[in-house]
Amino acid sequence: MERNLTMIALFAALIAALGLIPKFTLASGVPISAQSLGIMLCGTVLGAKRGALAVLLFLGLVALGLPLLAGGRGGLGVFGGVTVGYLIGFPVAAFVTGLLAQVWRDRGGWILPAVAALVGGVVVLNILGIVGMAVKLDKTLAEATLLATPFIPGDILKCVLAGLITQGLQKARPGLLQA
Amino acid sequence: MISLTSDVRTPFHTLPAGPKLLGLCLFTFAVFFLESIGGALAVTGLVGLSYLAGGVRFAFQGLRLMRPVFWVALIILAYHLAVGETAPGLVVALRLVAAVGLANLVTMTTRLDDMLAVVERLLTRVGMPQRTRHRIALAIALVIRFTPVLAEKGGALNEAWRARSVKRPGWRLVLPFALLAIDDADRVAEALKARGGEI
Repeated sequence: MERNLTMIALFAALIAALGLIPKFTLASGVPISAQSLGIMLCGTVLGAKRGALAVLLFLGLVALGLPLLAGGRGGLGVFGGVTVGYLIGFPVAAFVTGLLAQVWRDRGGWILPAVAALVGGVVVLNILGIVGMAVKLDKTLAEATLLATPFIPGDILKCVLAGLITQGLQKARPGLLQA
Repeated sequence: MISLTSDVRTPFHTLPAGPKLLGLCLFTFAVFFLESIGGALAVTGLVGLSYLAGGVRFAFQGLRLMRPVFWVALIILAYHLAVGETAPGLVVALRLVAAVGLANLVTMTTRLDDMLAVVERLLTRVGMPQRTRHRIALAIALVIRFTPVLAEKGGALNEAWRARSVKRPGWRLVLPFALLAIDDADRVAEALKARGGEI
């Protein structure tokens, strides 16, 4: 019981801390915000329910006025901005990622958690984010999709990283994913 | 940890948090239906004036918080200029600035404990059991406490990397970083259990 609560809280803190460290740039020059990697890891490591709760906790603290989003943003204003669809999508993305990761849990490897992160953290997240942008900007869905496209290659790389990191965590702490 | 609440005292600080949040909800909803440039300009001007009511220093703090939004608004405007729909573009950009501006104003003038009190009251009203509310409160406290702790440990990892490699640290640090969080979670859980547990 206690461990569920502390894992949820510490992963919410992990998402926040990942937003504080500077962005890292891959060899291809695509900058990666580590924060969305944190969202994917919530799903692949904590599973659907705990992962979504960790993300909700993180967003709740952002709404209360703590500057925890990447770049020190926060407060109620971010929920009125263009990216509100992505913020609403974060817990859903963690939930879907977690659901798939739980189903594929016993098979090991890095590919399955990466695919789970791809479905939840890229496909589902972008659908909600793009709808949000279309509504906020009075644009058609096609135009909003165009705005999101430049970020997709970086997102796909992040899925691979999420898969590799999940596999690494499982090796380092064998009991982790069974809990 | 630094919250976004402004240290400059304004008349808005004394308003109770609940009505402020309710007002913000209604305002954000209403702004969405603004269609005319005149109306959008008036509403945005009003939000700007409210910032000035808190004094020049407060207004500048507000501007700093708004900077990313201004960039987005400029991009929206540029896009609409390019496709020749200046008027609707202006309305969309102004709506965005007004909605985010007022939300930031509420954040800047409401202390974290007042916000938490509103959340607590809301959760009580919707009938959430006390035990669940206590667990949420504990979780919030843990996140506030452990975010700077984890950030510091991340900084130490970064330095350890730099001491050993000429390459820049990259995604490889995320794995030990997550491991630190997991081990902290285990230790805190044990500590909670040792102090009575069953939260």
